[in-house]
Amino acid sequence: MKSAVIVFPGSNCERDIAVALEQVSGHKTFHAWHRDTDLPEVDVIAVPGGFSYGDYLRCGAMAANSPVMRVVKERAAQGVKVIGVCNGFQILTEAGLLPGALIRNQSLKYICKTVDLKVENTDSAFTRHYIPGQHIGIPVGHGEGNYVADEETLKRLEGEGRVAFRYTDAAGVVNEAGNPNGATNNIAGIFNETRTVLGMMPHPERAFDPQHGNTDGRALFTSLLESLS
Amino acid sequence: MSVTHTPDREPKVTAELAAEHGLKPDEYASMLESVGRTPTLTELGIYSVMWSEHCSYKSSRVWLKKLPTTAPWVICGPGENAGVIDIGDGQAAIFKMESHNHPSFIEPYQGAATGVGGILRDVFTMGARPVANLNALRFGEPANPKTRHLVAGVVAGIGGYGNCVGVPTVGGETNFHKAYNGNCLVNAMTVGVAQTDKIFYSKAAGVGKPVVYVGSKTGRDGIHGATMSSAEFTEDSEAKRPTVQVGDPFTEKLLIEACLELMATDAIVAIQDMGAAGLTSSSVEMAGKGGLGIDLDLDAVPQREAGMTPYEIMLSESQERMLMILEPGREEEAKRIFDKWELDFAVIGKLTDNGRMVIRMHGHTWCDVELAPLFDKAPLYNRPTEPTPPQAEIAAAEAPLKASARDTLLALMGTPDLASRRWIWEQYDSQVGADTMIGPGGDAALVRVHGTPKALAMTTDCTPRYCYADPVRGGAQAVAEAYRNIITVGALPLAITDNMNFGNPEKPSIMGQFAGCIEGMAEACRVLDFPVVSGNVSLYNETNGEGILPTPAIGGVGLLKDSALAIGSGFKNAGDTVLLFGETKGHVGQSLYLREVHGREEGAPPPVDLAAERRAGDLVRGLIEARKLTACHDLADGGLAVGLAEMALRGKKGIALTGLEAADAGLLFGEDQGRYLVTVAAGDVAAVTDAAKAAGVPVTTLGTVGGDAITGLGGGALALADLREVHEGWLPGYMAGDA
Repeated sequence: MKSAVIVFPGSNCERDIAVALEQVSGHKTFHAWHRDTDLPEVDVIAVPGGFSYGDYLRCGAMAANSPVMRVVKERAAQGVKVIGVCNGFQILTEAGLLPGALIRNQSLKYICKTVDLKVENTDSAFTRHYIPGQHIGIPVGHGEGNYVADEETLKRLEGEGRVAFRYTDAAGVVNEAGNPNGATNNIAGIFNETRTVLGMMPHPERAFDPQHGNTDGRALFTSLLESLS
Repeated sequence: MSVTHTPDREPKVTAELAAEHGLKPDEYASMLESVGRTPTLTELGIYSVMWSEHCSYKSSRVWLKKLPTTAPWVICGPGENAGVIDIGDGQAAIFKMESHNHPSFIEPYQGAATGVGGILRDVFTMGARPVANLNALRFGEPANPKTRHLVAGVVAGIGGYGNCVGVPTVGGETNFHKAYNGNCLVNAMTVGVAQTDKIFYSKAAGVGKPVVYVGSKTGRDGIHGATMSSAEFTEDSEAKRPTVQVGDPFTEKLLIEACLELMATDAIVAIQDMGAAGLTSSSVEMAGKGGLGIDLDLDAVPQREAGMTPYEIMLSESQERMLMILEPGREEEAKRIFDKWELDFAVIGKLTDNGRMVIRMHGHTWCDVELAPLFDKAPLYNRPTEPTPPQAEIAAAEAPLKASARDTLLALMGTPDLASRRWIWEQYDSQVGADTMIGPGGDAALVRVHGTPKALAMTTDCTPRYCYADPVRGGAQAVAEAYRNIITVGALPLAITDNMNFGNPEKPSIMGQFAGCIEGMAEACRVLDFPVVSGNVSLYNETNGEGILPTPAIGGVGLLKDSALAIGSGFKNAGDTVLLFGETKGHVGQSLYLREVHGREEGAPPPVDLAAERRAGDLVRGLIEARKLTACHDLADGGLAVGLAEMALRGKKGIALTGLEAADAGLLFGEDQGRYLVTVAAGDVAAVTDAAKAAGVPVTTLGTVGGDAITGLGGGALALADLREVHEGWLPGYMAGDA
């Protein structure tokens, strides 16, 4: 599995996700700069968390229009797997690779904690190593993770099994108490139509190593490895 | 718009104008003597900030010298941008803590945010990648109408800045006390990691070498921030709002990456961030340390606003700026890096051999003074001190329990100083970097040194009510508690940074507090081999004549060579035995129990037996290294019962206590020092007990981990669910306006 991570001015989780990709694959992850107009041949592209362009204007809005994103869109169209985490998810929605938008948390506050999630769909290159309905814990760290979309889009996402992860309470129940940011339908992560692009607010790379105290995010990377080898 | 300023249009400098700049009459006389003529306005501005308390440490220098600052592992002690210690394998930890108290009180979000930005720059300017932020916060009493607003703003500001730059905020402490009603404290600490052969210092060298400005443009913000920090607050401090700087963490992030990229080359001779007093202090300190002069051409300084005067440019505290001396001929290479990161880069002057500070703009000379006096002839005061009178020891029998032990513990766990800080720390990204092993809410934070088996332990500590009652004991206790917290995760305590927050040093009682705290700290540093490598002094923390509690905040750093040995502070395994290390005499003076239950904030604080601290610390660290302990927690505010409750909540497991049904308040809530709670697998109890006895550390068996309640206290079982609700409930409720 060969991978690239996209680095924008203000990205700050590129190393973290590269470590996870490198550890499972044994291959060095290519770091692409926002001005790059080409990428090496890779199997998976990671759009990392952080504050690209300072989150000025709107989270992800400027990054979505950077030169490198034109290449990412081309590769995504060719079926290369793309994962956007946190700010990466925001960028993918702004770039039109995923529907909907991520707005300010309902609490109006940044929130960093491990959240409970339900794995909704394991039929993807990203989630095949999870068990359907599995209850996992993965950290979030964001101020704008409140997923919104129009009725029609939500209907399609739900109907087509494109909700990847949903927030739950500590008992694994999808409810308001378990929703950290007000996301519609407790949506924490979604796929595109072909399930080759995944955007998620939780950070699987922060629940990867036993020393993180939690390895529930590891299966995402091993899923990719198995799918792409 | 273009404005050409000329020196003849500047106000003439008079004694009155000098006084408005905060210079005392004798200081102005001394300045006149140094300059040899009436200074220009620009020269006056430069002198006033360089000789301010904030930049010159004129009241504190004689005392700071008493602190031990050396050890075989200390690479660089106080006097540089931050302290540097050796952590093995060619790596160094670089760290410092700094206050942003006055700005945060006036404009909490920006004040706190720029406090974080400033301390980050102090660390990466030395070549370190920042790996963790911590803080030490003190607010007024919750009932004070300003407190909620300050907490909300400061926390949002720390998070807003730290989260964006991508440095995890992994720990800190927060207290509430009425003494901070008019003057909150915001102390920010950064820890970074560098290669020992790639450490950058601020001492300039090389006549003719270019002086280079990088980072944000200069605006009119923050002018006279250093002077503001060197005066007491009055009712009209609100009017000083324009002197608070505005931070841009995105630019800081770019600046970190650009500087570290340039530092990987050998183009930099010296580098210094533009912090307090901006371009003035950075240029004076760099040239001064090198014994050189400096010529600056202010026309070349990137400016955000049109028509700025030399005075404004020199005194601006615009954020996210750095000054460096480059090797000649490397300017283009350096500029390419800053272009890549879209940051300003300008050659604004050169080093000279004439020992003068010369500033030119618009074809005129605005400043031409000898540089050395600015740097090393700042006034030095040996201010009178008046010792703090000792308070009486209070016997535990004087403060009996007023309710059952169970009910008392439950109530205490929901008081402002003991309630959970989750509401605060969940607003900080504590995990970016993916190396955080123990984040906020533990005794010490633990962050892996990326790509190595090592981890750095870090903590911030101080108990200001102890320092107020007995500065010597309080100073020692602050250092000892930092030491203990680092021990609990298994790390070896290596060095500290201190942030000395005090009132008006011109009052002998305040200087007495300062001197006493230094004395206690120095003794603790010596006995515990825990030297001071960096620090910051913040004086004049008074409002309308009322000083804060003396608050020498200690930031401790330790090294755990094998991170796999780390243990946490929550109960880990049901069936483990809970042991107490250290002696319990039942010291209730200055305890939270005495204050919260009996309404008495009085008495002598607990004595600190440093030799016993050392014995207990060495014992615990050795046992962790031998993998004999499963969890460890130091005892501090609230004493034994609170420590047990915290371990239970953190580990989500209860405890069955034995032999404590009839315990008195002193035993349960006294704050005797030098104590640790540890848990041990049943099979290891005998060996651990023997080890403690052999080390001369008193050991007591308290009970067994298990269940979902604390049982065995007078008054019946205390369910963890009830305890958690009270403990977690107070701060969110308060911030929502319920309390």
